[in-house]
Amino acid sequence: MEELLTVTNLKKYFPLQKGFIDNLFAKKKEFVRAVDNVSFDIKKGEVMGLVGESGCGKTTTGRLTLRLLEPTAGDVMYNQRSIFSYSKKEMQGMREKMQIVFQDPYASLSPRMAIGKAIGHPLVIHSNKNERETKERCLQIMEKVGLSPASFLYKKYPHQLSGGQRQRVVIARALITNPDFVVADEPIAMADVSVRAMLLELMVQLKEEFDLTYLFITHGLATAKYICDRVAIMYLGKIVEIGPLKEVFKNPAHPYTKTLLAAVPVPDPKYRRTHPIPKGEIPSAINPPPGCRFHPRCISAKSTCNVHEPDLVEVGEDHFVACFL
Amino acid sequence: MKTILEIENLAVHFPINIGTVRAVEDVSLTLKQGEVMGLVGESGCGKSTLGFSILRLLRPPGRIVKGKMLYHGRDIVQMSEREILSLRGRKIAMIFQDPLTSLNPLFRIDQQFMETLFTHEKRLSKTAAFRRAETMLESLGISPERLLEYPHQLSGGMRQRIMIGMGLILNPDLLIADEPTTSLDVIVEAQFLDLLNELRKKFNLTIILITHNLGNVAQLADRITVMYGGTLVEVGQANAIFDNPLHPYTRGLLSSIPNIKLDQPKLVTMPGSPPDLVNPPPGCVFHPRCPRAMEVCRVERPGVYKCDGRLVSCWLYG
Repeated sequence: MEELLTVTNLKKYFPLQKGFIDNLFAKKKEFVRAVDNVSFDIKKGEVMGLVGESGCGKTTTGRLTLRLLEPTAGDVMYNQRSIFSYSKKEMQGMREKMQIVFQDPYASLSPRMAIGKAIGHPLVIHSNKNERETKERCLQIMEKVGLSPASFLYKKYPHQLSGGQRQRVVIARALITNPDFVVADEPIAMADVSVRAMLLELMVQLKEEFDLTYLFITHGLATAKYICDRVAIMYLGKIVEIGPLKEVFKNPAHPYTKTLLAAVPVPDPKYRRTHPIPKGEIPSAINPPPGCRFHPRCISAKSTCNVHEPDLVEVGEDHFVACFL
Repeated sequence: MKTILEIENLAVHFPINIGTVRAVEDVSLTLKQGEVMGLVGESGCGKSTLGFSILRLLRPPGRIVKGKMLYHGRDIVQMSEREILSLRGRKIAMIFQDPLTSLNPLFRIDQQFMETLFTHEKRLSKTAAFRRAETMLESLGISPERLLEYPHQLSGGMRQRIMIGMGLILNPDLLIADEPTTSLDVIVEAQFLDLLNELRKKFNLTIILITHNLGNVAQLADRITVMYGGTLVEVGQANAIFDNPLHPYTRGLLSSIPNIKLDQPKLVTMPGSPPDLVNPPPGCVFHPRCPRAMEVCRVERPGVYKCDGRLVSCWLYG
């Protein structure tokens, strides 16, 4: 299948904000290495999962693929063309085809805009449809995402809706321009447990119907399992393992992936964990550990791990791991 | 086993400008010494409100309008402010969801431990108090030097461990943990649950674990209470509830969560969303979403029925 999006050696370093005096005497600038040399591709019609703990750089990566942030280095090719080569105006045109669903449906909807207006807003920006056509299209998409009766909900404000409905509004707004590529940044993390399954099913169904390609960002491995075709596991700004979902879950090769899989709480009282959980927490991305970034917490770390940085090597079909083991 | 807490027909209401929020309606619950009770439900189901009312920490306008809460036979609802103060922290401790907002950023960890200690043990010397904080940190797996640091210098997992340490320093026998792992990452969450399990044996604790995460409950709880829309839905042994949920809500909840160890091709979804507690639906609060709703469910609220060694509030078992 054809690649829709290719990410190569992408880096994003955020300069550390310091006080004036500190800046005067500082020897060199310090950076938070949020994303450090990340490469992957997404094929047309695929759901690529980006999984990791908070602070691993998954959201930053997601934003870079839509050029919501400018990278420090590296490139993102969309349909074989670098998205960073577009002018500001051209990029705005591109946004019609590249959309995002944010995590928090409370923060991403204006409390003063009726939801019908909010959903139709991208059309006002991207097309020259008149008001009646916009409303028609809006009602149509609202029914599609399960906001029915659409004509009744059209005039409602976000505070009059439930959390699940609000997230449907955000999804509808992202889909109204008929995009090809959608970045879903933890779209169900804020929803109630009983609503999550429904939103997940909705996203799968919409993907089929609209022929979408997703970059699905999540910290929940169990969630990723339901929707993703392939997953990339991130740790401290790096991809440590990438491959087909089934393969990665069945034969995890990186110690970090194994740990993550073991740590997921299993809703079964008879289940007992067999893989040990390492001590300690994710270190700071300002001065990441030398060598392999996971080595201080790794149970099978060797002497080379704190000196050299492992590259991604193929361990199975389309399955790559950055580990010396 | 001895009963430590007995809640009888508790109702907590929040009168607000548009009506009364019936956050907890007619909930009865018994807690045995040494058990871990998982209190499960979605946001707004009243689980946290129930937790807060046990310590009488409800924020106004919330108040207990009905019921009894017998702690070792004494009714918490009827206690004077003085009596409840001697209970809080000393006998019943509570830890909250977000450790960053529960710790004071301006005080060192040791000062915060000492404040807790001196409030309840006026004659304690400073050195002795410091010692006790040190010992506590050791049993939490944190190096005692960290006592001299401020909350911002600690990681999220450590802060949450400090919180539980502060809760336990006065040797309470009941711990209420309100979503203790929600702000933690998966690996740290697993570490924390292991720690909680260890501390529980060491301190002979009775724990009420309030959470929406059924995975956490499965790993830790002996018994489970499921709440929905302010009411009690099902109470029973954890194994029994996970194996064979009786109430349609429990059944829906359990089959709608992804389990990483199972091959479920499709998740079962529950239509609708949780009820509005100002105008709850008549009859059973769950009936608008219930796949097995009957005529009686729309009209009359079900009582709590015994079935298969469990308590279920559903007409199917009435």
